Amino acid sequence: MAIPKVMGTEIEYGITVKNDRDFDPISSCVLLVNAYREEHAGEILWDYDQENPLADARGFQVDGEKYTPNQQENIARNKTLENGARYYVDHAHPEYSCPEVTNPHELVVHEKAGERIVEFSRREANTLLPGNAQMLIYKNNSDRKGNSYGCHENYLMDRRTSFKQIAEHLMPFFVTRQVICGSGKIGTENRSQPCDYQISQRADFFETEIALDTMVKRPIINTRDEPHADREKYRRLHVIVGDANMSEYTIYLRNGATAIMLSMIEDGTISEDLTLQDPVRAIKEVSHDSTCTAEIELKNGKRMTAVQMQRLFLEMAEKYAETRETESWTRDVLDKWTFVLDALERDPRELGREIDWVIKKVMIENFMERKGVDWESPRVQMLDLQYHDLRPDKGLYYLLERQGQVERIVTDAEITKAITEPPEDTRAYFRGQCLKRYGGEVFGVNWDSISFGVGEDPIKRVLMAEPLKGSKAHVEELLEESQTTADLVKNLRA
Amino acid sequence: MMRKTATPTNPLDAELLSFATAAESSQKQKSKGGGGGESGETGDGPQKLAKKGEELKEEMDALVDEIDEVLEENAEEFVKNYVQRGGE
Repeated sequence: MAIPKVMGTEIEYGITVKNDRDFDPISSCVLLVNAYREEHAGEILWDYDQENPLADARGFQVDGEKYTPNQQENIARNKTLENGARYYVDHAHPEYSCPEVTNPHELVVHEKAGERIVEFSRREANTLLPGNAQMLIYKNNSDRKGNSYGCHENYLMDRRTSFKQIAEHLMPFFVTRQVICGSGKIGTENRSQPCDYQISQRADFFETEIALDTMVKRPIINTRDEPHADREKYRRLHVIVGDANMSEYTIYLRNGATAIMLSMIEDGTISEDLTLQDPVRAIKEVSHDSTCTAEIELKNGKRMTAVQMQRLFLEMAEKYAETRETESWTRDVLDKWTFVLDALERDPRELGREIDWVIKKVMIENFMERKGVDWESPRVQMLDLQYHDLRPDKGLYYLLERQGQVERIVTDAEITKAITEPPEDTRAYFRGQCLKRYGGEVFGVNWDSISFGVGEDPIKRVLMAEPLKGSKAHVEELLEESQTTADLVKNLRA
Repeated sequence: MMRKTATPTNPLDAELLSFATAAESSQKQKSKGGGGGESGETGDGPQKLAKKGEELKEEMDALVDEIDEVLEENAEEFVKNYVQRGGE
């Protein structure tokens, strides 16, 4: 039986400083993440001992140098937060990795809390900038000049499912998934054929089918094999093909539908062979057609639209849900998936409240019509960028949200709580609570470990190889009984 | 000893809260399904529909004007200068 789909996202944000000729992205990122102050975040190391980004899921280790910063740099670039998240500098971008959650609703809550945290620190950072310089942050994936930064999803999977099987079934799903969860953008990049507006921010950047790279020759399926959990039992599927979404509905559907697909793969219930002739070409063909009527070629010679292929995946998922015990949220995701595919078949413009690429496109088209401008207009291109702006007063997605123009999935109260509180049903609870309770004694953190250091005592590392252990139900009593980390370690051994 | 939660403490708190309140009030405005799937025909007469169309148009005009107001000035230069390093 499929294992619970523990999940999370890593969002890399775009960053710029207005009115600053010497804008340096890296120092701006360092300023940004350090502007977010939790009591002990400034003293805790990210534990790189536990990382192995060069392991390939196809069963080998790739040559390359593992990045390990010195202690000072480590602390300056990494913040582990009391809500269980990691907020850090990744190359030249600020990145927010939300804590592990068990369902798409919580995923939306925590991804949205991440937006608030980044915005909060942006405002703080701005007070430290000279003159009229102003830092601005965008939750998107491209500068429309050929540079892309990622939005990665992670899903816990059963190690017994072969990677080959996962890749085979996911390829056609990932190529077509963008119609339900793209963020949309004006124009094309990376030597693609020109078009006015396309469905995905990222499609133009995929150059190969399966590989370990994420920065060059980007693959549709990424093979990073770094489970951050018991490697005998689990894989962490690292999905790099998605767009950063603003719409709660889109985020929910993206993660929900993908998690259901993965459970079906684990249970061996994908019955249709939808292998594509040329996935790298097809992902662009789908993206460049905002009418959603373009047909792509399957290996068996048939031609289908992305919506038709998604429909087949949905039908298999419906059967799966009828015959198996599935997660409680499955029904709701299937209903929304159906609603979206029905609308895409009739007229994609019907999804102007639900799906990012349509919400943004409808907003831009309304603007063009009323202001008498076209896709080439700099103001129209500014709309595209500013849709993703994190400022609540200037960000156009937030403006639409404030005006009741978009569907919501979660409440502001839930988001506000998630800024400081970890999810209760995964090990993120233990991580977050340890920071809250013993912050001064926490030495280092990684997803699957937390280590404590008091005075001259040797560092004690607590391993968390099971993502579902360390939940409130498991550890609340233990934490209550442990005044200090010495008690905690003693009680853990008992 | 239970440490106090380090909630961010500075003037921005109020701003973030007002952000939340503004968005929360909008949630109450309307919700037209998105998956729940009620497809109720209301059977409005043509006059009523025309009036509704007019209202929608005005609402959209107002929305576009509001968007135009907050749109970054010097869009051309801004868009040109927005250059990122590749990431991931």
